[in-house]
Formats: sequence, structure tokens, C-alpha cells
Amino acid sequence: MAGYKPVAIQTYPVLGEKITQDTLYWNNYKTPVQIKEFGAVSKVDFSPQPPYNYAVTASSRIHIYGRYSQEPIKTFSRFKDTAYCATFRQDGRLLVAGSEDGGVQLFDISGRAPLRQFEGHTKAVHTVDFTADKYHVVSGADDYTVKLWDIPNSKEILTFKEHSDYVRCGCASKLNPDLFVTGSYDHTVKMFDARTSQSVISVEHGQPVESVLLFPSGGLLVSAGGRYVKVWDMLKGGQLLVSLKNHHKTVTCLCLSSSGQRLLSGSLDRKVKVYSTTSYKVVHSLDYAASILSLALAHEDETIVVGMTNGILSVKHRKSEAKKDSLPRRRRPAYRTFIKGKSYMKQRDDILINRPSKKHLELYDRDLKNFRVSKALDRVLEPSCTIKTPEVTVSIIKELNRRGVLANALAGRDEKEISRVLNFLIRNLSQPRFAPVLINAAEIIIDIYLPVIGQSPVVDKKFLVLQGLVEKEIDYQRELLETLGMMDMLFATMTRKDSTLVWQRTSGGLLENKKVES
Amino acid sequence: MLLYLYFLGLLDSWPQPGPDLLLAIALTRCILISERYIFCVSGDFVKVYSTATEECVHILQGHRNLVTGIQLNPNNHLQLYSCSFDGTIKLWDYVDGILIKTFIVGHKLHALFTVAHAEDSVFVTINKEKPDIFQLVSVKLPKSSSQEIESKELSFVLDYINQSPKYIAFGNEGEYVAAVRDFSLSVYFFKKKTTSRFTLSSSRNKKHAKNNFTCVACHPKEDCIATGHKDGKIRLWRNFDDDKKYTYTCLHWHHDMVMDLAFSVTGTSLLSGGRESVLVEWRDAAEKNKEFLPRLGATIEHISVSPAGDLFCTSHSDNKIIVIHRNLEASAVIQGLVKDSNIFTGLMIDPRTKALVLNGKPGHLQFYSLQSDKQLYNLDIVQQEYINDYGLIQIELTKAAFGCYGNWLATVEQRQEKETELELQMKLWMYNKKTQGFVLNTKVNMPHEDHITALCFCNAEKSENPTLVTASKDGHFKVWILTDDSDIYKKAVGWTCDFVGSYHKYQATNCCFSEDGSLLAVSFEEIVTIWDSETWELKCTFCQRAGKIRHLCFGRLTCSKYLLGATENGILCCWNLLSCALEWSAKLNVRVMEPDLNSENIAAISHSSMGSDLFVFKPSEPRPLYIQKNISREEVQWGVFVPRDVPESFTSESYRWLNRSQFYFLTKSQSLLTLSTKSPEEKLTPTSKQLLAEESLPTTPFYFILGKHRQQQDEKLNAALENELVQLPLTENIPAINELLHTPAHVLPSASFLCSMFVNSLLLSKESKSAEEIPDDVDMEEEKESDDSDEENDFTEKVQDTDNTDLGEDIIHQLSKSEEKELRKFRKVDYSWITAL
Repeated sequence: MAGYKPVAIQTYPVLGEKITQDTLYWNNYKTPVQIKEFGAVSKVDFSPQPPYNYAVTASSRIHIYGRYSQEPIKTFSRFKDTAYCATFRQDGRLLVAGSEDGGVQLFDISGRAPLRQFEGHTKAVHTVDFTADKYHVVSGADDYTVKLWDIPNSKEILTFKEHSDYVRCGCASKLNPDLFVTGSYDHTVKMFDARTSQSVISVEHGQPVESVLLFPSGGLLVSAGGRYVKVWDMLKGGQLLVSLKNHHKTVTCLCLSSSGQRLLSGSLDRKVKVYSTTSYKVVHSLDYAASILSLALAHEDETIVVGMTNGILSVKHRKSEAKKDSLPRRRRPAYRTFIKGKSYMKQRDDILINRPSKKHLELYDRDLKNFRVSKALDRVLEPSCTIKTPEVTVSIIKELNRRGVLANALAGRDEKEISRVLNFLIRNLSQPRFAPVLINAAEIIIDIYLPVIGQSPVVDKKFLVLQGLVEKEIDYQRELLETLGMMDMLFATMTRKDSTLVWQRTSGGLLENKKVES
Repeated sequence: MLLYLYFLGLLDSWPQPGPDLLLAIALTRCILISERYIFCVSGDFVKVYSTATEECVHILQGHRNLVTGIQLNPNNHLQLYSCSFDGTIKLWDYVDGILIKTFIVGHKLHALFTVAHAEDSVFVTINKEKPDIFQLVSVKLPKSSSQEIESKELSFVLDYINQSPKYIAFGNEGEYVAAVRDFSLSVYFFKKKTTSRFTLSSSRNKKHAKNNFTCVACHPKEDCIATGHKDGKIRLWRNFDDDKKYTYTCLHWHHDMVMDLAFSVTGTSLLSGGRESVLVEWRDAAEKNKEFLPRLGATIEHISVSPAGDLFCTSHSDNKIIVIHRNLEASAVIQGLVKDSNIFTGLMIDPRTKALVLNGKPGHLQFYSLQSDKQLYNLDIVQQEYINDYGLIQIELTKAAFGCYGNWLATVEQRQEKETELELQMKLWMYNKKTQGFVLNTKVNMPHEDHITALCFCNAEKSENPTLVTASKDGHFKVWILTDDSDIYKKAVGWTCDFVGSYHKYQATNCCFSEDGSLLAVSFEEIVTIWDSETWELKCTFCQRAGKIRHLCFGRLTCSKYLLGATENGILCCWNLLSCALEWSAKLNVRVMEPDLNSENIAAISHSSMGSDLFVFKPSEPRPLYIQKNISREEVQWGVFVPRDVPESFTSESYRWLNRSQFYFLTKSQSLLTLSTKSPEEKLTPTSKQLLAEESLPTTPFYFILGKHRQQQDEKLNAALENELVQLPLTENIPAINELLHTPAHVLPSASFLCSMFVNSLLLSKESKSAEEIPDDVDMEEEKESDDSDEENDFTEKVQDTDNTDLGEDIIHQLSKSEEKELRKFRKVDYSWITAL
């Protein structure tokens, strides 16, 4: 004894981009706040500690922005030349930056003058980072060297001269204080160990490396250079895991989402791509106005900050959860109603009988279940339904027709109600997916209301509009047929070999033809 | 050796050439319910079902023609009367399935009624002179000890009545009888011996046009008659002993004909049913007080009320019996092969369950187990609310096919209201191992622009990708393949169109894959085209100019190089695929052509005005293996080979094709037939014997498991006996233990209390181990080994039974009186409520 079967609502494929969890997640940001910097924004870095300020390196200045402030809350501007790579320490209290003149400067967040200055590089220092033990700084420079510095006495500890071109990016391991990787324009990414005097692993990226990133676990290394993003398995000695080529210009920056599930890459082609770190497939893409140089995500992905070549800093904040409490809430049964009987322990002879689950039926289904056909039709002709979900209305009309009661449901309507039906027909009659059902309904309406035509100017006008619509559609179909005939002639002159192919193509046109019979 | 025909489905008209075995079905002329059993007539038999387990417990066989009526003996509720066209009334003990007596009346009996106070007579309907005029007569059943009694003492009661038992009812403890026909109701009073007749207006105006009586029921206590009418009204007649002062009230809910009426035992409520498939209960004969039990699935044909009044049962047009509790809750459903008016899908075999699959309820596909003669389940394909109304064009399930060893099922449904508006939908279902059922995977709207004529899966063993081909009247055939649609969010597979092929705008009529899946044959009207399934290239064409191709199939196994085609003009062609030439052709008007999946054989059924003939042949041999002329007078619509579970071993040349599979076919009147070498009696006996063996316990699967277990245990024990010559008592046969085991566990006292008693009963008693019995048992053992005939086995079992009861009695003496009492008490407690759970 099966229950009532709800009306099957015909679903139609949604055109355009597929809506996935990721598109919802990454689109759930407010419109970006644009901040103009003095030059190209080469680096954005978030403080790992609350209140999650971020440092923006552009031209010869470093600005520190608060989370929602549009004005910098602090500025370090004591650079003689371009500053690079302002990076926070893990505790968020120190900041290190390189500069064009080869100096590495260490700042206290609260101070203004540099605490330390590490002198030793002869050319521009493009990358600096703190090691995991917080007391050392790694720097890479255009003089091909990588240096390790001691913060307390601002001495150079080690120098690696293994790269054969500019060192432009680097990253220290978050777990091991002795490990760090650097990427260079000599196409290699090298992992160094401070306990040895040379690199431990070297991988060949194939293009000048613009950015490197170590996964928090340290097992995976991501390198970006040229159009490629490559993922390397460090535990297998630097084996290439996957090579991604989704940008069509140089990839300049990399970033991990806070959950570690998504990898983001920014490129000169003005796009940020989001990859899943399990399948390494692009799950979402964000568009920006200019070529992207730097990219950073705040704690819990609350903010996306992107720095571009034209000096614009784009800051997107996540939309706060919508406040639903504004609506007066319906009074619900008290809490103890729900817990009633929950504490009852099952006795030996008891038989547990579950309450049968209640099947939710749509309102129109409830009407149809009780054979209230006119009411069901009224419900789906509400403007909220006809505009948002015309397929529901059409499905109900189809179901009524199947039950043989469509004429009954359409009959006996006053001016207002019939004009509502006609409005719906006028709006949807020419849509090929609805046409077969609606033409039938239109015929029935004309049959029923033919005797009373001329009594209401409103309805008469609607009928005229409908007539015009049908005439237009017939003309359109005739044109289509003519075009088809012409195309057939053209194809007929072509070689016989392609005949099957041609047929597949024309069958699409035929399909459209069927939709309105004159 | 003879070939017999078995009828599985129900037949509207009983086939005249001899009574044949009707294996299934509940769709009957009448049903009856008692407290524990349901009786239904099917053909020559009366089937007895248990209300609790829904299993068939007995088949009462003995009538030599259609059984037409059954009634419980009003004086002994363990006996059942049945009457038949063969002119006999038989009295049965239905609990044991034994025929007690046969009364020979001589006339063709059309219906049977019993009345409580008339102890020695029953009422039957006969027709004497004209074929359309029936009489109700009472038959005196003489008391005699003999098995067969002649009872020719007929006394006339009513004339000019209708033959169906629905049109006659006895009321107020047999004081009067009411009979209806067309527009009139006649009441005969037994005491006064008078007849009153009431006629409703039958004028042709709209209001009274459908006043025809359709059924009648009488109040068991009062003078009140309820009649059902064609327009859906129910009239309650009172004061009908007076021709002038009679009154009637109307109850109207049904919108269509009232099919059956029944009063409850006390008479407080009236049950009615009809096409709406809603059982309506009218309380206190008032229009306002009515209760409904809706959605019973099909038209209610009969309603029956049990003598105690706590159970109702309804039989339906889709071959189903529903047992309903007093509070209008359906408690059990006995479902046979659903008979549909049109079988579009043909007969198929589900590769997993080996069940027969065909159209069932509207929009459903039924899975029917031929072995257990039971419907396994219904698969809802259309998934839409079914509106039961005249003139509505329903969505019809027109095609179905299984693929990939039952992993996929493809179905096509269509609805065409007008010429131009065709609604077509193809659905692909995947078998879900977890839920053991088919789950909808892909739905394709308008897969073709016209009717789909054929559907086939590629069933090659090594095919890496499931492939489906549909052929349509729009001139195209489409190849659908399974594609992986999964991404990081979900795993999904779906079907997409891979290739569209056509041939000169001809309509595609058939399609067929070769056994290895390398070739696809598609027939376009008169032309057969062969396509390479790798590249979808047209390889070659065959054309015989002998009419449109109706059937197409590839040869199998050693004959895989042949392609067979049957045309509408009555030519059967066989092409050789290696030489691309016609191998042979024969003039045969083929209606059904089915290849056997287990062999090279192909069965073809031809039709002529004389009847249908069956030919079984191999494509490689010009001579048919087997010919059976005139298997059916009607046209055969569908056929299918069903693989056997246990291969038979016929040595005879002509039956060898039946070794590995059985051939079933369906005629135009929806009777399902098969060819078998066993006579109907043989086929029936083993099961009925089994049933008789164990009291009246229903044969549940559990029972079979237990039975098997017992047999094994018996064998083990016997083996032990041979070695040690020590007899252990068979625990199953000790009454004390029996009682213990038969008592539901939750009403037994605690185990600690029973333990000592139980162990005691298992101990060997010294007296029982006498020297006489041991040799007896050994003898019996030898007997068993020496011959295997059923009868002998039965005999030996009986011997064993008596021995064991002896043993049991010995043991029972060991139990203390109080313990015995305790156990007796448990047995006496009424557990009938458990069955109602």
C-alpha cells in the first residue's frame, strides 16, 4: 500500500557554471575594498596572531593594516630603495624585510627604527623568512646566495652558494628549525639544512621559480614558475607529484587556505585559481582587474588580500553569517516536549516501535492528493511560483492534463484569475521546453472562454498579445525552416563522406522545429 | 514421454482441452476467510493460505473441472464445501487437506451457499434449460458413511437469477434469500414460501440509466438487504416483506460500480469496494459514519468476512489478496503474478534472481519467481500517482532490458495523447548491492523523436564499458554509454549518447548485439545493417526483400557466425556473417523467436489459423531439433528461455534442448505456459506430501531450514547408531521438549528453572533401551539404504515416528507430575494474539 506519490517536477539542466560547495564558499565574500599603494604590491603577509594584521610591501614602504581598516595603522618607510618581502614572525611581534640595496632589516611591530640590520648581501634581497625556532632569519638575494642569520647578535651563520641565478623566493619549514627551501631563476628549488653545508634536496622546476610553498606538514612542496605550479613529494626525495598548468601567464604567488584543503595560486593573467589539495583539480577561479603579484589569506579564510602590479590592493572580507533572528520566531514546543520519554530505559518485554516518519508534501501536492484541482492550479499560479520556478507550474499543468481534469481546473475563473493564467502563458509559451504543455493549456482556455470574449478589456488585450506571440513564433519557425533548407542544399553539395556528420548537426535544428506547431 | 502444458497465469476462459494444472494464483472467482486460513479457488483447485504467514498450506485437489464455489460448513468450522462444474460438491477437512466426502449432483453447479439452520442441505445455482437462465435450488445432502454419495434430491427455490454468487445472499439466519438481476431484486421467504419482487426504474434518461444491481448482501441479524449498483450507489432495503410499504435508503460514495458488499458479523458495519481500490466501511448504515482504507492498488473484486469477525479479506483484480484487520489495517498481502492487460515489455529473466520480469501493476515492473510461484517485488518505474479512471491515457512502460549481469536495467515509458504529442522517457536503473534493489541512475527525456522499437544491452563478457542501443521509428539508432561524471564532491556515473546512426531515413525496427559484443545488427525495415561496435562503422548490409524484419538475433556459441531474421511476410532467413551471404531461408510465419542463452538452440513459434506451432532449431542445421504442433490455439506473444537451476538429463533426442533451460511463453489471453515432461499430478505431489507431513505448520523458509537440519541430524544419529549400537533419544520427538520448544520464549519461566527438567528429559532411560528395538532400527536403516523410492521412505519414517513416541512416553514418566502440569499450563495459554502481531 504505497502512499501518495508526489508530482514529478521536471528538472532542466542549469546552464553556465556548476554550483558547487567551492563556488559558494569562494563567492561568499563582500565586494572588494580597493586600496591604492605607491607601487606594485610585491608581498602581503598576515600576522599569525590576533588581531591578524597584515603587512603590505609596496615600493619602498611597508604598511601594516588592521583587519577592517582602510588606512595603514603603521608604516615602515625607512628604506632607501624598494623593500621586499615583509614577513611576520610566528608570534607576530617581529617583522623582517629585504631591500633592493642588499640589506635585511628587522623591525619590532611597535617600534619604528629597525632593531637589527643584517649586512652581507651584495644585491637585492627578494626573500626573507624566519626559521621555526624564531631566532634565525633566512634570506635569498640576487647575488645567487642564500644566507642564514642569527637574530640576537645579527651575525651571518651560514652562506649557501649553490644557486646559479637570482634567488627570488624561499620558505622556512614550520616544524624543523634547520630546514628551509629557496627557489631561484636557475629553475631549481633547493632544500637546505642548516646542520649541513649544502642543499639536501634539489628539484628541477623547469622555469624560473617565482614562488615556493611548504605544506604545514613539510611533506609536500609547491613551486610556481612560468605557467606551471608543481607539487613535489619531499618525503620521496623530491619526486614530482603533479604538475598543474591552469594559468596562461606566469604564476607569481602561492597560498594555502587555512584548512589546508585548498591551494591558491595568483598569476599575471589576473586570475586566482583554487585547487583541491586532494585531487589537484581547479575547483574555483577568482578574477581581478590587474596582474597579480601577491596573495594572502587571513586566519579562517576571513579575508583574501591580493596585491597587483598597478599598486592596487584588493581586500575581500567574508560575508558575516546572515542574521535570521530578526524575523519573529514561531513559538515552538518547549524543550521538555522533545526530551519527554527519552530517558525511558527499554524493559525486557518491550518492543520498540518507531514513530512513522512524516512525509512532507508540497502544498500543491496536498491539494492534488485530495483532488482539489483548481486550488492546486491556483497555488502554482502565484507570482512567487511562476517567476521563480515556472517548471513547477508547467509540471502541475501537465499532471492535471494527465489526470484529465485540466479543463475543470481552468474553468470558472474571474477576470483577475484568468489574466494571471494568460500572463503566465504569454511569458512562457515561446520557451521550447514548456511549449507542448502550454499550447495544450492555451487551446483549452480559448475553448472555455470563447463565449465571454469581449466582456473584459483586460482579458481581451491579453488574448491579443498571445495571438501576436503565436504569430511571431510561426514566422520565426518559418525562417528557421528556410535556413535549414538552405543549409541542406549547401551540405548536399559536399562530399558524401560527411553525410553522417551533417545529419547529427541538422537534427538539432529539427528539434527546435517541433516545438510549436502552427 | 509427453509434454504437458502448465498454466501459470489466470485464464479468463478455462481452456477446454482437459484440466490443466494452475500453479499460481489468487485471482479467483471467490475467496473465503476463516480465522486462520484464506481459501481461494484457482481453476480445479482450492488453495488454502495461512493468514499469519501468507504461505500456501494446502492445495485441495480432486475436482475435475473449474471450482465455482466454496463455503465453510456452518456446523463444523473445520470443514469446507466446494462445488464445481463437474457436478459434484465435495466436503474437505482443510486443516489436513483431506477429502472427506463427495456428493454427486449431476448438474453443472455455478455457485454454492450454506445456511446454518439447514443442516443437511446446501443451495446451489444450476441452469436447466436455456443457457442464460439460472435457478437456485437446495440440495439435500444425505448422511452416509460412504465416500461418494449420490444426491439428486433437488428442490427449487428461485428462478431467473444470475449465476455469479455475488448476486445472491441469504439473510437473517436463513429466513429469506435475496437475488438480484439487472434492475430487479427478488426476495424469497422460506417460512412463507413467497417471493416479493422490487424493480428499479430502468428508463433511459440519464438519472436512472445505471441503476443496475451489481451485488447484494444481507444483514445477519435484521431484515435488511444492501444492494450495490452500477452508478456507485448502495441501497439499504427494509420492510421488504410488504410489497407496498418497503423503503430504501441510499449511501453514495463510490463514483463507479460497487463490486462487492459484505456485512460484518454483528451487522453494525457494511463493507463495500469497487474500482476506486478503496475499502469503505459504513458504520451503523449511516452516510456520515464511514471509514476508508485507501490505496489498495487495484479494483476490489470480492470482500469476505471471517466468521468471528475480526478479519476481512479482499481480492483484487491484480491477482492479490489482502488480509485486513477489524480496525481497517492491512496485515498481510498475498500477491500472485499480476495480470496486466498489455504486456509490452515481453518476458525477461532477471540474471540475478532468475525471476521472470514483465509488466505488472500500471507503471510497474514485476519480478516473479517461477520456482517459488511468488511475486518477489514490484519496481515502480513511472513513479507517478496512478489515477484509476476510464478514458485516461496512462503512461505505459513499453520496453525494458537487463544488462551487464543484472547490474543495469533500462526502461522506456511513453504516453501519447494525440498524434503529435509523444511523451517519451528512458530510465536507466543501477542495481544497488546494499539495498538489493534497483536505483534510478539516469533519466533521459525524449531519447528519440518517435517510438522506441527496440532496446538492447551489449552483454559481452569483456566489454569494458556498458553499452546500450536504442532503435526508434524516427530512423535513428542511438548508442548510449556509461560515462564517469564524478568530481571531488561526488562520485557519479551517468549515461550519455555516444553515437547516432541511421540508414537512408528508414525506420529502425530491431537491434541486436552479437554474443561477443563485436557486432551490432540493426534492421531498418527490410534491410539489416551490421555495424562494428568499436568504431561504429557500417560493415555490411543484408536485404532479402521479403518484408519488414520482425525479429533479429545472432546465433550463439558454435553458431555465432549466423544471423537470423524473421520477416513479416513469413520468411525466416539465416545469413552467414563470414561469407556475407544467405545460408538458408524457410517459409515460416514467425511470431516469437528466442535464443537460448545456454545453448545454440533457437525457439521459434509460428502462427497460422490452425494455432501456434513451436520449432526448436540450431542455425547451423537445416533440420529442426524439435517440433510441437498446436501448442496453443491463440497467438503466442512472447517467449523466453529460463535457465534451470539443476540441469535435467533427457536422453531422448527431441527433448535434449530442455536439459538446461525451460521454455515459457505467453499467449494473447495472458496465459503463461511452459513445456514440461512431468504430468501435473507428479509435479504437485511432492509439495503436497511435504505439506501434509507436519501438522498444519505453514511452510516458512525457517521451516525448511529446520527440516533440513533435522534430516541431517537423523542421518548423523543413524550413523552413530551403527557404530556404537547405543540409541540416543531423538530430542525432537520427546513430547516434553517439543512442548518446551513450541512455547514462545518470552512466556517461559527462567532458564534456571527449566534447566534441570530439560536435562532430565534428555537422559537415557534404562527401560527404553531394550534389546528388541535396536535390531528394529538397524533393519530400518538397511531398508533406507536399499531403496530410495518415496513410498518406502515414508513408510520407514512412520516406523521411526512410532518408535520415538514410545521412547518419549517412557521419558515423560520420569518427569514429576508437577513439572508436567506446569508445561501443560503453558501450552494451554492462548497465544493466538501472537499471530496477530
